[in-house]
Amino acid sequence: MDPNTAGWALVVALFLPLVGAGALAMMPSSMDRQIRQAGVVITGVAFALVVAITASFDFGRSGELQFTTDVAWITAIDARFELGMDGISLPLFFLTYLLPFLCAIYTTKHLPSPGKPKAFLGLMLMLQTGMAGTFVAFDLVLFFIFWELVLVPMFFMIGMWGGSKRDYASVKFFLYTLFGSIFMLVAFLAIYFQAGASTWSIQALSEMAPFGSTTFQTWAFLGIFLGFAIKVPMWPFHTWLPDAHTEAPTVGSVLLAGVLLKMGTYGFIRIALPILPEGAIRFAPLIGILAVIGIIYGSLCCLAQTDVKRLIAFSSVGHMGFVMLGIAAMNEAGIQAALFGNIAHGVITGMLFFLAGSMHERYHTREIAVIGGGMLKKLPRYGVVFTFVAVASLGLPGLAGFWGEFAAMWAAINPGLGIADTYSGLYLGLVIFAAIGTVLTAGYFLWLLQRINLGDPLEKWAKEPLDDIMTIEWVSWTPLLVLILALGIFPVLIFGVQDAAVANLMGYLGG
Amino acid sequence: MAIDWFAIAPEIALTVTALLVLLADLNLRGDAKQLVNPLAAFGTVVAIVFTVLLWGEERTTFGTSFVVNEYAVVFKLLFLGSLLAILGISWRFFAEGRYFQGEYYFLLLTAFIGMLIMPSARDLLLLFVALETVSIPAFVMAGLRKRSLYSSEAALKFFLIGVLSVALMLFGISMVYGFTGTTDLAGIAAAISAAGDPEPLLLASVMLVIVGFGFKISAVPFHFWAPDTYAGAPLPVAAMLAVASKAAGFAGLIAIAFIAFEPLAEVWAPVLGVLAILTMTLGNLVALQQRDLIRLLAYSSVAQAGYMLIPFGLARSGADGAVVNEAAVQAVLFYLVAYAVMNIGAFGVAIAVNRRTGLRSIADYAGLSARSPLLAMALTVFLLSLGGAPPTVGLWAKFAIVQAALTDVTPFGVVLMVFLVFNSVIAFFYYLKVVKTMWMDEARELDVQLQPGFNLSTVVAVLMIGTVVLGVLPGLISGATSLTSLVAAG
Repeated sequence: MDPNTAGWALVVALFLPLVGAGALAMMPSSMDRQIRQAGVVITGVAFALVVAITASFDFGRSGELQFTTDVAWITAIDARFELGMDGISLPLFFLTYLLPFLCAIYTTKHLPSPGKPKAFLGLMLMLQTGMAGTFVAFDLVLFFIFWELVLVPMFFMIGMWGGSKRDYASVKFFLYTLFGSIFMLVAFLAIYFQAGASTWSIQALSEMAPFGSTTFQTWAFLGIFLGFAIKVPMWPFHTWLPDAHTEAPTVGSVLLAGVLLKMGTYGFIRIALPILPEGAIRFAPLIGILAVIGIIYGSLCCLAQTDVKRLIAFSSVGHMGFVMLGIAAMNEAGIQAALFGNIAHGVITGMLFFLAGSMHERYHTREIAVIGGGMLKKLPRYGVVFTFVAVASLGLPGLAGFWGEFAAMWAAINPGLGIADTYSGLYLGLVIFAAIGTVLTAGYFLWLLQRINLGDPLEKWAKEPLDDIMTIEWVSWTPLLVLILALGIFPVLIFGVQDAAVANLMGYLGG
Repeated sequence: MAIDWFAIAPEIALTVTALLVLLADLNLRGDAKQLVNPLAAFGTVVAIVFTVLLWGEERTTFGTSFVVNEYAVVFKLLFLGSLLAILGISWRFFAEGRYFQGEYYFLLLTAFIGMLIMPSARDLLLLFVALETVSIPAFVMAGLRKRSLYSSEAALKFFLIGVLSVALMLFGISMVYGFTGTTDLAGIAAAISAAGDPEPLLLASVMLVIVGFGFKISAVPFHFWAPDTYAGAPLPVAAMLAVASKAAGFAGLIAIAFIAFEPLAEVWAPVLGVLAILTMTLGNLVALQQRDLIRLLAYSSVAQAGYMLIPFGLARSGADGAVVNEAAVQAVLFYLVAYAVMNIGAFGVAIAVNRRTGLRSIADYAGLSARSPLLAMALTVFLLSLGGAPPTVGLWAKFAIVQAALTDVTPFGVVLMVFLVFNSVIAFFYYLKVVKTMWMDEARELDVQLQPGFNLSTVVAVLMIGTVVLGVLPGLISGATSLTSLVAAG
C-alpha cells in the first residue's frame, strides 16, 4: 500500500466494523457461538488491515497526513469527508483496533447477563467505528459526528449489560458527555464563521490560526474545553467516570478507559491547541491547575475505595491528570508526554479492567475486604499478572506507565510559548504537587496489592475451586502485557512516531 | 382576472379528491368503506406530481396574493409527504376502530388544502382563510372518538382556545388594515417603512396577529390545548396536529414575520425569542414528568416548536438583516422537514403499539425490544433523532439553528444558544427514559400480538430509513431548503 494513494485502506478499515455490525445483525440469534466467532473474525480482519496500514505508513514523513481521502460531503455547509492520519493519529488508531479485537476474543468466553452476544458485539463494532473515526477525521463536522456516534452504543452497553446501578450510570454518562459536546459544536461553528474561509478542515484552520480577537479565542476555547474536558475527564468534570466505569461490563470499561477517554486529550491536541493557540495559552495555567488537582484528588479517592473496579476508575482520573499536565506545559516535550501517557494509560488501565472483570467472574464480588488477600497463593498466575500491571500503572521505570508521567513533569518545569515568563512559579508548584501525586499513586496501588495478593486466602475462598488464568484470557491479555513491557523499554516506539507530527503542531502554535 | 390554473393544480387535485372521498363513502357499504383510504392516497400522489412539476416555477395568481415559488413548493411537498404518511398510519386505525371513515378522510384532506395554501398566501385575508381551513376540520377530527369523553374534551378545549386566538388575530388584522390600508403582505411592509416611527397600537396589532399563529404552533403560553388534545384525539389526528398543522402555522408565521412585518423585526424578534426560550424550557421540563407516551410526545413537540422559534428571535430588519433572515428561514424550513420525518415516525410506532393493545403508558413499552425488535429500533431512532444524536437528521436540524444563530453573533443570539444547549440535554433525559424502558426493562406478560399491518410498517420503515439516510447525507434536503428564497416572492 502506498501511503500517498491508498486512502481507500483507511476508509475500509474505518467502516469495516460498522458493516460487520450489520452482518452480525443478519445472523439468527440462536447461533450464539457462531456470532461470537464472527465478532472475532470481523475485529480480527479489521485489525489485520490496520497492521498492514501501520506497516506501510511512511515513518520518515510522520508529520504529514497519509492515507488521505477528501471528497465533498455536505456541500450546503462546506463540510467535507476528509480523512487522514499522521504520527499523532497512528498509535491511537492502532489501539482502537487492537483493543476491540482482544475484547471480542474475551467475549467468546465471558459475557455478562443478559447475554445477547449479537447486540453486544454489534454495539461494540459501532463504537469502534465512532472511536476510530474521531482519530482520523480531519474535518470538524466529520469529527463531531464520529465523536457523538460513540455515545449511543456506549449508553446501551452500560445500560443493558452493566451492574446494579446501570440505569443511573448510563444516563449520567450520556447526558454529561452530550452537554459538553453541544458547547463544542457551538464553538466549532463560531470558529467556522470567524475564520470566514468556508472550510471545516482542521489542517486549513490550523494553518490560518491565529484568527479572531483574543476574546473570541478565549470564548471559543472555553466551548471546546468543556467538550473535551468532560470526555478526558478533568477534575471537576469527572463525576460521570467512576459510575460509568464501575457499572459498565468489562469490555465496556476496557474500551472506555482504553480508547474513549483518549478522544478528549486527542481533541485538545489536534483541534483546540493549533486552531485556537491564543486561547490555549490563556487557558494553559488553568488546565495545569485542574490537572494537578485531578492527580491528587484521584489518588486520595483511590485510597478510600473498597471496590477494586471503582478504585481503578478513580486511578484514571489521576493518570489523565498527568496527561493534561503535559498538555498544559505547551511545549514539545509536554505534548509528547501527553500522547505517550495516553497510549500507556490505554494499554495499562484497559488491562487492569480486564483483570478486574475476571476477578469478578471468579469471586463474584469486587469488594477488596471480601476477597481478602492471598491471591498469589490461591491464583498464582493471576496474582503475578495483577502485580505486574498494577506496578506498571503506578509508574515503575522500565514499564509503560513511567514515561508519560515522568516526561509530563519534566516538561512542566519549563513550560513553553512564553508561559514560563509569568507562571514559572506556578508551574514549579504544580510539578511538586504532581510528584506528591506519584507517591500517593504508588501508595494506593501497593496497598491494593497488599490487601489482595499477599497473606493467606480467606477460609471461604480456600476451599472454593477457582480457575487460574484461562487460555482465552491469556490470548486476549498477552498482547497488552507485551506492549506494557515493550513501551517501557523502548518508549521510542511511540515517541519516534509522533516526533515529526508534534514538531509540526508546535509550528502551528508558534513555538 | 385570469387565473393561473397550473399554479393551483395541487390544491385543485386535493379538493377533487376530498369530494370524491365523500361521494365514495356514500356509496360504499361496510368493510368496503376503507377503500376511501387508497383513493385519498391516490389523490395525494396526483397532487405531489403537480407540485413536483411546479418546482423551479415562479408564478403568481389571484392578483399577487397567491405565489408559487421554490419556497412554497418545498412546504407543499412537506405537507403532501406528511399527508401520505398520515394516510398510511390511519388506514387500519380507522378501519378497525368504529369511526366514520369517509368524514375523517374528507376532513383530513380539507385541512391539508388549507395547509397547501398557507405557504403561497401573500395576503392577510388569504392567510386567515388558509388558517381557518386547517383549524376547523381539525376541531372536528379531534372529537372523532365520539364515545370517549376525553376526545370530546380534547375537541372542546382545542376549539375554545382556537377560536379565542383566531378572534384576537382577526382583530389584529383589522387594525393592521386600518393603519396600512392594505392586506397585501408586501404592501403592508412598504406602508410600515414609509410611515417611519410605528405607533404603539400598530405594534400591539402586530402582536395580536402573531398570537393567532402562536396558537397553531402551540407556543407557550398558547400551548395549553396541545397535550390534552393530542392525548384525547385519535392518534393519527394527533400526529397530524403535531406535525402538519404545526408546520402550517410556521409557514404562516414566516410569511407575516419576514414579509409583512419585516420592518418591525426589532420589535417582534425579541418577543418571539423570549417565547422560544419559554416554549422549549417549559415543554421540556413538563415532558420530564410524563408517564404517557402520547403526552410525552405532545410536550416534546411543544419543546420542538420552541427550537423552531429560535431563528425568529434572530431576525433583523433592513438590508443588513437580509443574510440573517435568509439563514433563519432556511433553518426553520430544514427543521420542519426533519421534524416531520421523525415525529410522524414516532407517532407511527405509538399507533402500532396502541392499536391492538390500547397501551400508551411508557411503562407498557418495557420489553418492546423483545416483543417487536424492529418497532423498538424504529422508535429508538426517532427519539434519538428528536433529541439530535448522530447519525440522524435531528442533529442537522439543531445544527442549522446554531448555524443561523452564529451567522451574525449577537448577545441575544448567544443567550438563545445557551438555552438550546441546556434544553437539548434535558430533552435527552426523557427520550432516553423511553429508550431505556424499551430495551432494558423487564417485559410484562402480554398475550396480544402486535400487528402493525403493511401500510403502517412501510411508513415507519421509510421514515426510519429516511431519518438515518438524511442523518448521513443531510445535503439531500438542505440542498433544496437552502435554494429556496422567500424574499424573491415578497
